Parts: sequence; structure tokens; C-alpha cells
Amino acid sequence: MATVTFDKATRVYPGTERPAVDQLDLHIEDGEFLVLVGPSGCGKSTSLRMLAGLEDVNGGAILIGDRDVTDVQPKDRDIAMVFQNYALYPHMSVADNMGFALKIAGTPKAEIRQRVEEAAKILDLTEYLDRKPKALSGGQRQRVAMGRAIVRQPQVFLMDEPLSNLDAKLRVQTRTQIASLQRRLGVTTVYVTHDQTEALTMGDRIAVLSAGVLQQVGTPREMYDKPANVFVAGFIGSPAMNIGTFDVTDGKAQVGGASITLDRAVADGITPADGGRVTLGFRPESLDVVSSGSEGAFEVDVTLVEELGSDAFVYGTLKNGGDLHAGDSNQVIVRIDPRNVPDKGDTISVTIKPEQTHAFSAATGERLG
Amino acid sequence: MTHNLQITAARPDPALLDLPWDTPLISWPDDVLAALPRGISRHVVRFVRLSGRVLAIKEIGESVAYREYELLRRLNRLDVPSVVPVGVITGRRDANGERLEAVLVTEHLQFSLPYRALFSQSLRPDTATRLIDALAVLLVRLHLVGFYWGDVSLSNTLFRRDAETFSAYLVDAETGDLHRELTPGQRNYDIDLARTNIIGELMDLAAGEMLDEEVDEVGIGDALVERYNELWEALTGAEYFVADDRWRVDAHIERLNRLGFDVGELEMTTDIDGTTVRIQPKVVDAGHHSNRLFRLTGLDVQENQARRLLNDLDSYAAATGRQNDSEQLVAHDWLRKVFEPTVNAVPRDLRRKLEPAQIFHEVLDHRWFISERAGRDIPLPEAVASYVEDVLRHRPDEKSLLGLPPGERPSEDDPESDYFHLST
Repeated sequence: MATVTFDKATRVYPGTERPAVDQLDLHIEDGEFLVLVGPSGCGKSTSLRMLAGLEDVNGGAILIGDRDVTDVQPKDRDIAMVFQNYALYPHMSVADNMGFALKIAGTPKAEIRQRVEEAAKILDLTEYLDRKPKALSGGQRQRVAMGRAIVRQPQVFLMDEPLSNLDAKLRVQTRTQIASLQRRLGVTTVYVTHDQTEALTMGDRIAVLSAGVLQQVGTPREMYDKPANVFVAGFIGSPAMNIGTFDVTDGKAQVGGASITLDRAVADGITPADGGRVTLGFRPESLDVVSSGSEGAFEVDVTLVEELGSDAFVYGTLKNGGDLHAGDSNQVIVRIDPRNVPDKGDTISVTIKPEQTHAFSAATGERLG
Repeated sequence: MTHNLQITAARPDPALLDLPWDTPLISWPDDVLAALPRGISRHVVRFVRLSGRVLAIKEIGESVAYREYELLRRLNRLDVPSVVPVGVITGRRDANGERLEAVLVTEHLQFSLPYRALFSQSLRPDTATRLIDALAVLLVRLHLVGFYWGDVSLSNTLFRRDAETFSAYLVDAETGDLHRELTPGQRNYDIDLARTNIIGELMDLAAGEMLDEEVDEVGIGDALVERYNELWEALTGAEYFVADDRWRVDAHIERLNRLGFDVGELEMTTDIDGTTVRIQPKVVDAGHHSNRLFRLTGLDVQENQARRLLNDLDSYAAATGRQNDSEQLVAHDWLRKVFEPTVNAVPRDLRRKLEPAQIFHEVLDHRWFISERAGRDIPLPEAVASYVEDVLRHRPDEKSLLGLPPGERPSEDDPESDYFHLST
């Protein structure tokens, strides 16, 4: 068991100017499940490979526990890359499939059997130990692969998009299994994914990266409720947060036809560099449909209604100007009561629920207030 | 319902559209299949015959499929021995409109042998060692171009006979990555994983009683590491010598040539007073002998086959007293008078058994063997006839040694049977 520390760790690929990972500072607690998440090319996999010893570290250091492993060979780091290879051997028993790496390392037979039995108990595979992989279901085979890593008793588990290769159903199942298993084992785990839903559902904490730079690290709740900047606000959450930049007059942002009073702390945080503008964000579920003319209400022209049974979403455009959209779309998204849905072409009035506006500097994108 | 079907390929073959894409690969009818694969795979794989070629089709996640397709294309451009990608097919739906997995299509490598096929035939006992040697060469070549494999194993490799040895080809690039240059950490991890996987695969063969009891699984895994390190050091390591020993430069290059590599760039530095010289290869390219043979004769064969053919070409030049003639002209005559007649003497129906260059190599071996027994020099035509009747006729067809014929599904008792219908 161990902590993991990235201490201003930097990776610059030869022939490139911008670091792939730029001065990453990240401390992962003993037993913690940390998810590195971000879009393609953000540096998440590079960070993981730096920890694994598969990428050179050009600046800073990486520590496992108190030990500086920056220049230590991968196999001497006491880590396990899980799911890298999970082809099971058809003629070997499940126990041998789990323990063969220990056999190669010359571990005594009795100890191998003991470690395999312990792992099997945790993985619910005890009754299958002496059978062939053929007797297992797809999910059980995944667990045998996990068992291979567990019996080695490494200090840290590393997983790089382990579910990308599975079909959708098995992906959701395995996601839950990995998360609960990790909690039972209590082994420090660093997990890389591009999927923010996976990150939110699995991690104790999430670290969001963009363009090689750590944007924010925190619990799923913190990331969702208090994104540190516009990037995190737009990346975390599905459907994505509505974000737009608006003129500010007398401490009020002009959103569509509405004047929205900004918090004191937000208004005070606006600097001349912002040019009298502020970036606001609010999640689809932070909006209430109200009768037209209500105070602080702005109007949305409905272009599409998506009914999902327990939920319904309006996709539309902000009336009376202003660029407001969710994620990569050019639409505003509003969660509405599924029993009371407007028609396509209607106009609805919405207000933002109290305390659910996120405000960011128009110049820097950093959170205000 | 295939209206959303999308085929991404450099040269799409319209015949691809005729395959039953609205059916999951595991349920493809026998009449479209060329064979079922043998060996360990995480995915469903099937072979089909299309427009005169054999294609391997693998069901795999869409993003992974595109990634692997692109990587294989780049490896091919870098001239690394690997399978040739044909394309990616996405947007598959079944009759009920349910989405089906994307597929990656690659061309089956003719005359290639999966390691399991080699072990299930009775071969010389050092087969495992020769496979490991081939894999070490492949791994070094991949590492030289900056390819990190991430899952080196015998299952992810195909082998082709190459004179008395084998050459290895990369089949599965799913976990791979191309870098400008690999770090020692990446190389060491690849080798370590290769060792573990190979030992695991051999232990599996042993558990299935397909491996001679004498074979030392761990010893073979260790041999890979050793062979790799030797070759890597020879190809990339520096040599120091006193400035007067200039012949050492040529000797160094020749040593690499003997290993089958050409030196594209050699860095030479001296210390301040010029007494010590340091040389280190900066760019080395595989295929020293095969490139030379190709230039001389247009024959495109593997490295050790080329070595054998070049030796025979030298003997031909000596025997005909033409060592001082233009090498090109002699090579042309050798091709016309020796190589082609020998290969053409093999009846057409037996040519699917081995590649022409391999047949030529084996005929030379056979001639040596029967000449010794007869106590006289057996002429080549006579040797070919004897080889065809006594040897080749009894060999299996290796041109498309794919696996099980579609009609012969493995019995349920076979521990490997589920690998034909279950992914993961």
C-alpha cells in the first residue's frame, strides 16, 4: 500500500515545444481510487505511463510512498498494469491462470496457492479455481484477469481505459465491479478514461486534465458543484452545462431578455481585462420553467424535446440574442417535467434556481466567487 | 438494414459489401467462411475468401478498430513485418436494427503459421528456440522504428518459414503505440511482458499436452530476453578503439550485415587528442540480404532465404568461372538457368505447400543429403525430382493454413472450444 505523488512532473516529447504533461502536481492517498480524465490528447495516458515508467520524466519527480521512482525500471516499481493482457489460457485451470506469473517468479507453490485462494475469495471465484476458463462467463473472465494483478500484491494498480474494448453492457457491469473490488482491496489505483460518466461513477477523486495541464482535482461532487474553471464546467456533467458570455451592467448580467443580479463576490471579481463581460454557466437541471414575464426569466425557443420517461429535456436557442450553449452543441438544454412538455416551436420562460449559477472570468475562464 | 454501413479502406473492394454484415461474426454461415481460427484470441475472428484473397475479420470496438487500422498502415509504410490492414467497417446493424460491433479487416499472410500449428505438427525439437529467435528479431525491428507493442506474445505473432529459421510478423497492434523513439523503460516493459506471455503460452501448451516434456518454458522465455539484448546491443551499441585500428569500422559494419542489417548512418567521434575513436550505428535497416537479392534478381524473399539464395548464386558464379563478370548479369543467368527451372519443376498442385524460395532452399538441403548418401554430386534436376516425391508430396499445404475447416467445429469437451464463440 502506498501513496503516489507527482511532483511537478513534466514530459516533453522530443521535437515538440508544448509539454505533453506540464508540471503535474498531484498527491494520491493510500488506498485511493483516482481517475485521470480529459479529452483525447490531454496528457492523461502520458501521466499514467510516466507513473508506470513507460515515459521519461523530463522535469520534476514521481514518488511511490516515500520512494523516488523517477528513474526506476517499470518492473521494479511494484505496480501492476491491470487488463493490459487478459487472454486466458484454455488448458490451464483458473488457479494456474491467476498464479502463473508468481510461478515464473519462483514463488513457492504453497504461497502461490494461498495468494490465489485469497484473491479468488475476494473475486467470488473460489468454486471455479480448479476448472478451466471455458466454464466461466465473460464477466468472470474479466475477474480472473483482475486476479492476475491482485496475486502479485502490487503497491499500485494502473488501468488505462480498461473498458474501451468491451461492449456497452459488459462495460457498465465491469465498471461497478472494478470500483467495488478496489474498495474491498484498498489498493491505491490510478485509472485513466476519456469518459466523464465513468470518472464520476468510479473515482474517489477525479483529476481533470486539458492540454497537459491539471485543471482541477476533487471528489465527483466537488467537480460537479464547484468547477474551478470553464473547461471543467463544460467537461463534467451529462448533459453538459449551459455556458455563455454576457455583458454586465450595474452588477447585472444581460442574459437574453433578463437581467441577472450577480453575487457580490462575483461582481467584485470582474477585472478590466474582462471587458465588462462575465461567463455564466448553469446546468440543465438548474433551470425552472416559469410563466412568461417572471422576474429574472429569459426565453428559450424550443427546437427539440427529448423524452426519456423519468426525465425530459428541451433543446433550444436563447431568445433575444446572446451565445449560450451546452458542451459542443449550439443548443441550450433545459430539464423539464416529463408530464408537462412543450411542443417544438414553442417558447418557454426559464429562471435559474437560486445559488446554482456558476460564474467565470470572461478573460481567464477561472471561477469567480 | 445496412444503409448506415461505412467502409474505411485505402482501396475498398466492392466484394466486401456481399458479406453478411448484418449478422454477428460468430453466426456467419459456413458457406462464407474459409476457416475458423486456432489459438487464443480475446475477440471473435473469422477467415473468409474474397476476390482471390483470404481475409481475417475481427470484431472489436469502433475506436480501437480505427486506431489499430491506422497503426498497421503506418507499420507497413515503415516496412516492419506485420499484417496488411484492409479496412474498418462500422455502422453495422442486425435485422432488428440493433447495433453490431465494428470490424477490422486484415489480409491473411500467405504461408504464415500460427505457433500452435507449429507445435501441433511434429517438428524438430528446437522449434521453440527458432520461434523465439524470430520473435526477438521482430521485437528489435519494432523497437528500432519506435513501436511499443504493449502485448508481445506468440499468439499475437505469425511465423513464416525462412530457410532453416523462421521470420516473425506482427498480427495484433491493439495495444501498440508509435513513438519517435522508445525509452529504455518502454523497451524493458515490452521485453518483460513478452517473457511472461511466452512462458504462459508454453505452460498452456504443456497443460494441454502439446509440448514435449523436455521443453523448459522459463528457459525459453529467458532466451528471448537474452537474444533481444544481444541483438539490440550489437545494433545500437558503441565500440571504442585506438585511432590506428581503422579496419574496425568495416568490421563493425560487416558484423551487422551478417546479422542481416544494413547500416544507414554510423556516428564516429574521437576524443580530444584523437587517440580513441568511438563508433555507434545511428540508423540500421533490416533486410541486408533480402534487399541485395531483390536488387540483383527482383526476387522478394525473406532474409535467411535470401542468404541461402545468394550463397547459391556465389557458387554458381564460381562453378561457371564468372566471379569477375558483372554481378547483375550473373544473377540474371542464375535466375533463368537455376532458380526458375528448379521451382518450375515442382508440379503445380504441390506449389501450395511452400513458398518458392523455401522450396528452393529445401531442394538444396535435399541435394546435399542425397549426394552424401550416394557418394556423388547429384545434379539439380534429379535432386528436385527426388525432393518432390520423397519430401514435398508428404508435407501439408501451408499457403493458407488457417485453422479448422468451417464444418468442423470443435467438440464441446475441447478446452479451446469456447474461443470460437466467446469474446473476452
